[in-house]
Amino acid sequence: MDVVTLSRLQFYATSAFHFLFVPLTLGLSWIVAYMETKYVRTGDETYLTMTKFWGKIFLINFAVGVVTGITLEFQFGTNWSGYSAYVGDIFGSLLAIEATAAFFLESTFIGVWIFGWQKLAPKTHAIVAWLVAIGSNVSAVWILIANSWMQHPVGYTMRNGRAELTDFLAVVTQPFAVTQIVHVLSSALLLAGFLIMGISAYHLLKKQNIDFFTRSFRIGVVCGLVGSLAVAILGDFHAKEVTEKQPVKLAAMESLWKTTRQAPIYLFAIPDEENGRNAVEFLSIPGALSFLGYGNFNAEVKGLNDFPRDERPPVLPVFLAFRGMVALGTYFILITIVAFIRRNKLLESPLLLKILLFSIPLPYLATQLGWVVTELGRQPWIVWGMLRTSAAGSPIAVSQVVTTLVGFSLVYTLLGVAGYYLIIQHAKRGPAATAA
Amino acid sequence: MDLQAIWFFLWGLLWAVFFMTDGFDFGVGTLYPFLGKTDEEKHTMIAAIGPLWDGNEVWLISAGGVTFAAFPLVYAVMFSTLYSALMLILFTLILRGVSFEFRNQVEDPRWKRIWDTCIFIGSAGPALLFGVAFANIFQGIPFDGAGVYHGSLFTLLNPYGLLGGVLFLVLFLQHGALWLGIRTGGALQVRATRLAALLWPLVVVVAVVFLVASWFKTNLYVNYLAHPALFIVIAVTVSALLAVRVFIARQAWFTAWFASALTIVGATFFGVIGLFPNLFPSSLDAVFNLTARNASSSPLTLKIMLVVAIIFVPIVLVYQAWSYNLFKHRVLPADLAHEETY
Repeated sequence: MDVVTLSRLQFYATSAFHFLFVPLTLGLSWIVAYMETKYVRTGDETYLTMTKFWGKIFLINFAVGVVTGITLEFQFGTNWSGYSAYVGDIFGSLLAIEATAAFFLESTFIGVWIFGWQKLAPKTHAIVAWLVAIGSNVSAVWILIANSWMQHPVGYTMRNGRAELTDFLAVVTQPFAVTQIVHVLSSALLLAGFLIMGISAYHLLKKQNIDFFTRSFRIGVVCGLVGSLAVAILGDFHAKEVTEKQPVKLAAMESLWKTTRQAPIYLFAIPDEENGRNAVEFLSIPGALSFLGYGNFNAEVKGLNDFPRDERPPVLPVFLAFRGMVALGTYFILITIVAFIRRNKLLESPLLLKILLFSIPLPYLATQLGWVVTELGRQPWIVWGMLRTSAAGSPIAVSQVVTTLVGFSLVYTLLGVAGYYLIIQHAKRGPAATAA
Repeated sequence: MDLQAIWFFLWGLLWAVFFMTDGFDFGVGTLYPFLGKTDEEKHTMIAAIGPLWDGNEVWLISAGGVTFAAFPLVYAVMFSTLYSALMLILFTLILRGVSFEFRNQVEDPRWKRIWDTCIFIGSAGPALLFGVAFANIFQGIPFDGAGVYHGSLFTLLNPYGLLGGVLFLVLFLQHGALWLGIRTGGALQVRATRLAALLWPLVVVVAVVFLVASWFKTNLYVNYLAHPALFIVIAVTVSALLAVRVFIARQAWFTAWFASALTIVGATFFGVIGLFPNLFPSSLDAVFNLTARNASSSPLTLKIMLVVAIIFVPIVLVYQAWSYNLFKHRVLPADLAHEETY
């Protein structure tokens, strides 16, 4: 394997691992801040116990998320120096703004939150929780603006052999970014909601701390419901952005080979990339793809065969990942509606509780699949239409990347095992231990 | 000063603040296995830096981000040529970061030993390696016009590079020991401050050797000889280092720590000023040097980033100062009993 392939593998492994922890941090930060605010407002000790119990999970998760984020910033320099030199004028500034405007906020106040219980008035301490939530989420906003720019570069001109910024506002306000941001932040809320519902379900099935977990569950189900609806709606908006700005990605997401009006969505298909067709396809919904992309059943959708072969992303994984994500998204809406209806009869709904317990990993899977669609669907470009991934690597040795790839595999396995071991232990133990 | 020069010195300032702040928690983390005799003392040492290390480390992210934003070519070449060294730093920082959170979650000596080891490696490693990296930058890195590095990780471990590593290490050890003087009490504080006093002559010797070696190994003094007024920076740094000893003698730990912080900032600026306008000089041929002039972003990006920096850096400094103020008191056993603390 060459340096670029290995660097891609490394970036995939490290960013996918990082994103196992990020969504929970983003979503749970709001929820913990809400719980603490309720405690300050009502004086109800249960809310304090909630803040501490869910806050502990938040903190363990946060620690792994933060440390694995550091490597991502530096990998643009270490492994993608061609990219960094070419687009740093724009992309670099977005990362720098993220650090100064948001990451400082979350990292400084997380320390204050952890160690400040005795030193701050309850109200101030709750404000600190909100500052952590704002810092984390604003940080994600800047990262997503940067990612959107790789998907759909705007506000630049080619000068001095590189892309140079001409319109900063265009970069930060483009609709592609806005829809992606809301889609991702809602998915984070959804994921946190499912985690709370799942862990609560575990204890409710065992009939432990019934009051505590019923109340937690009700907060979780609202987040799950709001999140899953927002994810779907914004996902639809975002798909229209993709249709317009990355038509070949859309064609790959649906494995559509021939340009057609009333383009259908196939519930089942096996793409045959060699021959530019689907080997098998059935159960079509006529016009559904035209509607998804353009809001019009008769619209023409351009097929993969009308794009040069060397500008197509790998179809099969993008196609499968998109299907998996949409199927899971639909499931999230349905199950949270049921859970919401049954929220006052949880103890009489053991099947629902069992399903929710085993649903904890599903939002994780869905967010991972979403990134596969976005990032693999962007190939062969590192910056859409501007710079190919193959031209963006660093002049480094294969052995160097192999060494760090092995290193990351070992270190991240250790972090993953230890981190999830601690989270699961704490989740199983329940709030009794936290209240001490 | 023009935009490129302003950004050059802002770049230097971010690194300086990073070394000044994360420096003391690197120091504490390195001293950790030696000064923390009991589990409670170890716990106290972690609590002494616990609320602050994370915010401190963001200065590194900012320094990296600003390198990327203001000098993209430097970012690309610096981090790809120093690939192995930087990755080594990142691995150790990752392990250290989670260790603070993980260590006290399980009451098992073997579990704690794993994370204690990581805290030590993740503190001593970066302290040493950042020094090695910067000393090598001062004397030039063997890279060509295509940004290809002609050397290995061991090329960096030359005498002057290692001297830089040792200088950073002893500066951070002293800085950390003084921080423990502020935040701990009892036997631990006595051991830490006694160590700070013992370290001081060592810092002086290493610093003097480094200043002399820089004369022979680098071009840092060219700017100073051209503008002799700049020697004030070295004078201030040396005075700050002398002041450290004075305040140690008076047991004024906070003031001593502050003087030590000033020493670290001064030491960084000694190099940064000497480098100007080079950000990343090549030891193969000066035509390959990456400078504030040939490696910067466009004027528009530099302008926008300057506005961002002018707005946000003071805000960050204010709330970080607030959090330092909140956590400058002595760590008490009652603080450790509290559930959320690491």
